[in-house]
Amino acid sequence: MSLDAVPARPGFTSELGRVAKAFPTLLRVGVSEVVAYRAEFLVWILTTNMPLVMLAIWHAVAADGPVGHFDQRAFTTYYLGVLAVRLLTSNWVVWQLSMEIRDGTLSAKLLRPIHPIYALAADHLSAVPMRALVISPAVAILAYVGWDRLLRHDGALALVFVASLVGAWLLIFFTMILMGALAFFVESALGIFELWLGVHAILSGYLVPLEALPRWAGAAANVLPFRFMLGFPVEALVGLLSRHDALWALAAQWGYVAFFGAAAVGVWRVGVRHFSAYGG
Amino acid sequence: MSENAMIDVRTLSKTYRVHKRAPGLGAALRSVLRRKYEVVKAVEELSFQIADGERVGFLGPNGAGKTTTLKVLAGLLHPTSGSVRVGSYVPHERDPRFLQLITLVMGQKQQLLWDLPPSETYAMNRAIYDIPRAQADETVRTLVELLEIGDLVNKPTRQLSLGERMKCELVAALLHRPRVLFLDEPTIGLDVSMQAKMRDFIRDYNERFGAAVLLTSHYMDDVVALCPRVVVIDHGRLIYDGDLRELARRVRPDKRMTLRLSRPVDRADLEKLGTVVSADAAQAVLSVPHARLSTVVQGALSALPIVDLTIEEAPLEEVMRELFGAREKEARQVSRAHG
Repeated sequence: MSLDAVPARPGFTSELGRVAKAFPTLLRVGVSEVVAYRAEFLVWILTTNMPLVMLAIWHAVAADGPVGHFDQRAFTTYYLGVLAVRLLTSNWVVWQLSMEIRDGTLSAKLLRPIHPIYALAADHLSAVPMRALVISPAVAILAYVGWDRLLRHDGALALVFVASLVGAWLLIFFTMILMGALAFFVESALGIFELWLGVHAILSGYLVPLEALPRWAGAAANVLPFRFMLGFPVEALVGLLSRHDALWALAAQWGYVAFFGAAAVGVWRVGVRHFSAYGG
Repeated sequence: MSENAMIDVRTLSKTYRVHKRAPGLGAALRSVLRRKYEVVKAVEELSFQIADGERVGFLGPNGAGKTTTLKVLAGLLHPTSGSVRVGSYVPHERDPRFLQLITLVMGQKQQLLWDLPPSETYAMNRAIYDIPRAQADETVRTLVELLEIGDLVNKPTRQLSLGERMKCELVAALLHRPRVLFLDEPTIGLDVSMQAKMRDFIRDYNERFGAAVLLTSHYMDDVVALCPRVVVIDHGRLIYDGDLRELARRVRPDKRMTLRLSRPVDRADLEKLGTVVSADAAQAVLSVPHARLSTVVQGALSALPIVDLTIEEAPLEEVMRELFGAREKEARQVSRAHG
């Protein structure tokens, strides 16, 4: 081979085609890894018990009478919904990415002819089936307790809910990539993420339904991205949103997905130039 | 040569900006407010070319810039200045076709999935590199046979020994049949027989697929066995590029003469012939200037009870030690003269 003129680089669609072809195998191998790590995986899931703790607290509070629109049964369906949505949409890519950048193991992913973000997405998506299996009892209880409110028995709302789950997964994934990629520049990327996580716990509806927040905090939550990572899909699921409100929220959510997706890719591109492959 | 080079490096420089602080709590607190950085020149004005199918050793002491150069060549690092091409590609642009063309094997890093058998990593790489199944199966079969690893590919990686893991790692790295191999200490930590097998395998792959090989290793046996040509760098700068034997001759013009003796001889008799490197009752090793070699051989054969006599170049380890030792000394003298 000689130093001829370089042929034009394959375009984005050709790259997507290659990713689509590789994705089923990446998912299958990812599922095998999840199965290999099943004990750790189950322990990690059991640590995601905060919604059940909050359920116990609010259940006791609502014993004397409803809090806003929430009676005891509404709190039960809400927090079981939070548990289910949280487990289906969360991932740990920020920890993985910042560690791989700092110890240099990202190099192996950068040497492959598939963008590492796709490989990370496959890695984390492959955990979803196992998580769905683990949370199925909680979903069954949710369906039993809150059947009359579930998705308002509206097919269109069910579709919005599915789209909102996909949107929440992508939004969380991109924000985690964005913050993980900060490790290309700063040593404290995880510290920044912890700060983000603290705000997320309050403004996403994870600890408290947004309706129960002070008016100003609720107004802020409605425009910030946190609600679209958790609260919005849960509200759609347990019938707190009309079809009209759900569609508006879905549009806002996917707007955030596009914004954070572009930001994550941009920061990644600049960051890779800074990559020094520390430690190897 | 540069017109047909598979690897073409021209005046490559790479600098790092490194945060520097003294040890201790006070220094840590001060560094929060005021960080000090130091610019480290890892590679300076480095140029060399490697032809298709060539095997080249890339040598230098620790911290010379070898791994940095390999990472630039593999597209992991952006050069600070200069130009690099591998095949038709600029590595740091990371064109997928460039990544299909190369592999980088680092003896201390691995890509195998830890809790799954290596066969799962191969399946993943087959998908990522978009290799037709029949071709991937054929390549795995060939490589597994060459490396003699048989059923090991179906055992979880964590249950494999270091040597077994390294062999499986090579299969993963070569599954897409790269035309350029960057090998960074591929035999590190392996026992002597495993090192020899790895060397045979690398030579076999190079001959079978016509791949260019750039190898760094602290085991000089690897370099001697695999690389007719070496590129030597020190403090990021090129200090030699050429034939390995010529380097040995230039740095250590003395030959190494080994005498097997039928009875013990006086050390004084040996010292008349050359510098005594080692001597015991049955064997003596002498260092003899190249120009005096025939005279010394004749003298030894007539004066000593010799059973066998061999003449070799000085071991490469010694050549390197001498080369870098002399440069270090020179640098110290220059710094003293300026300081």
